[in-house]
Amino acid sequence: MAKKLSRGVAVVGVGMSKFGVFPEKTSRDLFVEAFQELRQSVQKGFNPKDIEAFYMGNFTSDHFENQAHLAPIVASWVGISPVASTRIEDACASGGVALRQGVLAIASGEVDMVLVGGLEKMTDLPGAKVTDALALAADSLFEIPAGFTFPGFYATMATAYIDQYKADPDALLRVGIKNHTNGALNEKAQFNQTIKDVMLGKQRKAEQKGLPVPQWEDEIAFLKDPKSNPMIAWPLRLFDCSPVSDGAAAVLLVSEEMAEKFTDQPIYVVGSGQASDGALAERTSLSEIPAAEKASKRAYEMAGLTPEDIDFAEVHDCFTIAEIMATEDLGFFARGEGWKAAMDGRTARDGSHPVNTSGGLKSKGHPVGASGVAQVVEVWKQLHGLAGERQLRGNIRHALTHNVGGTGQTCVVHIFEKRN
Amino acid sequence: MTEQSLHSKVFNQAIAENQLIGSHCLVCGNISVPQRQICPNCHSDQVELIKTDGRGTLAAFTVIYVPPTSMVEAGYNAKNPYCVGIVALGEGPRISAQIVGLDLNSPENISIGMPLKQTFVVRGEGDAAKKFLAFEPV
Repeated sequence: MAKKLSRGVAVVGVGMSKFGVFPEKTSRDLFVEAFQELRQSVQKGFNPKDIEAFYMGNFTSDHFENQAHLAPIVASWVGISPVASTRIEDACASGGVALRQGVLAIASGEVDMVLVGGLEKMTDLPGAKVTDALALAADSLFEIPAGFTFPGFYATMATAYIDQYKADPDALLRVGIKNHTNGALNEKAQFNQTIKDVMLGKQRKAEQKGLPVPQWEDEIAFLKDPKSNPMIAWPLRLFDCSPVSDGAAAVLLVSEEMAEKFTDQPIYVVGSGQASDGALAERTSLSEIPAAEKASKRAYEMAGLTPEDIDFAEVHDCFTIAEIMATEDLGFFARGEGWKAAMDGRTARDGSHPVNTSGGLKSKGHPVGASGVAQVVEVWKQLHGLAGERQLRGNIRHALTHNVGGTGQTCVVHIFEKRN
Repeated sequence: MTEQSLHSKVFNQAIAENQLIGSHCLVCGNISVPQRQICPNCHSDQVELIKTDGRGTLAAFTVIYVPPTSMVEAGYNAKNPYCVGIVALGEGPRISAQIVGLDLNSPENISIGMPLKQTFVVRGEGDAAKKFLAFEPV
């Protein structure tokens, strides 16, 4: 049974940069943008000098920017030196794990205010080098020699899932369509376009150039056309994959007893869980991510909540199949039901279990170290009614974030609660 | 190959000699591939190296059209893709490997559960040539 935190922790402010491709900016520039937005978001203000620790998720600035030891540099750039500054590296879960370290630091009683950051600047490298850098998150002795890539790992899970549950592969395309529909309403997203917008854009372009205008019956037909959506790793196509992105996000955590000094509406961290696993081949089932289930079980137990209590979730949809597996690993749907839920629109904004209202990694972008922190930005917006056109209806009280590193070697889950 | 060493590099050294090895726990009988110094089931260090018989079934797979640099150098690309998968060995453990000898023009016809046997492929030429574990249909 998961223990409760020894003292409560609250989120009192959040911020993020726009996600996308920014040749003129470094990761520290992007973090400054996130930090400045965070400062604006703290209702009653705060003094950056009161920050006592900084946990920063970043996968590999070493390779992307030729820069290691990034945390103290970023701390200096936002003017919080000599605060204890620590970079967390757990592949694409770096941001979520940084959040958890911040939560545990405050719960321990050693500090009262923590800045959590996540950042990645990926687009300076050519595409093939990005693929190689991401592959560092896999086992270099026993997985990489086989010829695996990250799309390849998730594609392998997809073939296992489709085979085990006789799933309709169109469910993958439905996840992409849904997340792009949400991302089109998120001004911070890398892709502000629905799949239909992308499709119409291609037709318009052909028309303008005087070329034959390609015709597709609907978005599904468009996404099945290898000319518009090439295969990357069977059965995953380009639009099944999250993009290569630059971006940063920031969250301000304080101890529960001081939270209302900063805002009338703190968001409380009521559950936190993390789990690990070995290489993909070591697992007995390839159609699920066991560490995600274990991490979420711990978070639910700590929160005293069940999956049915969660009003919406931001999950780690690095690939469309990952979202389908996540909705089962987190207990929203039974095993083998996730693909049907995606087909039926149950994870859409107006569905029974809204997932990735921000657009998810797929549409919002996936600057890997930032993703786990940016999920909390969406939680903040939805719980405060600040999500604009993508705002969920009704009283949204409980939200969950799910951040995955590698193929599920690291999984971290948090549950948040609004009390007034 | 040093028979006694359980160090992690020994696995790929064995592949260079056309052998797929693992470890057998003398306490609980658990088999691991690649070999482990500590049994992941009972944590005993009383483990010995074994040779697997190199037979298994296809647990899951993909066909990769956008390869990493190492596979581009080995001649693969979108027009010449390759299959990689997870193979469930007869001894129990599963292992990642390239799967050769399949028709990649129609991946939908590749069937999970199909019996496979080990083979070894060489990628790279001259001094850069290196042997890798692979599987092929029986």
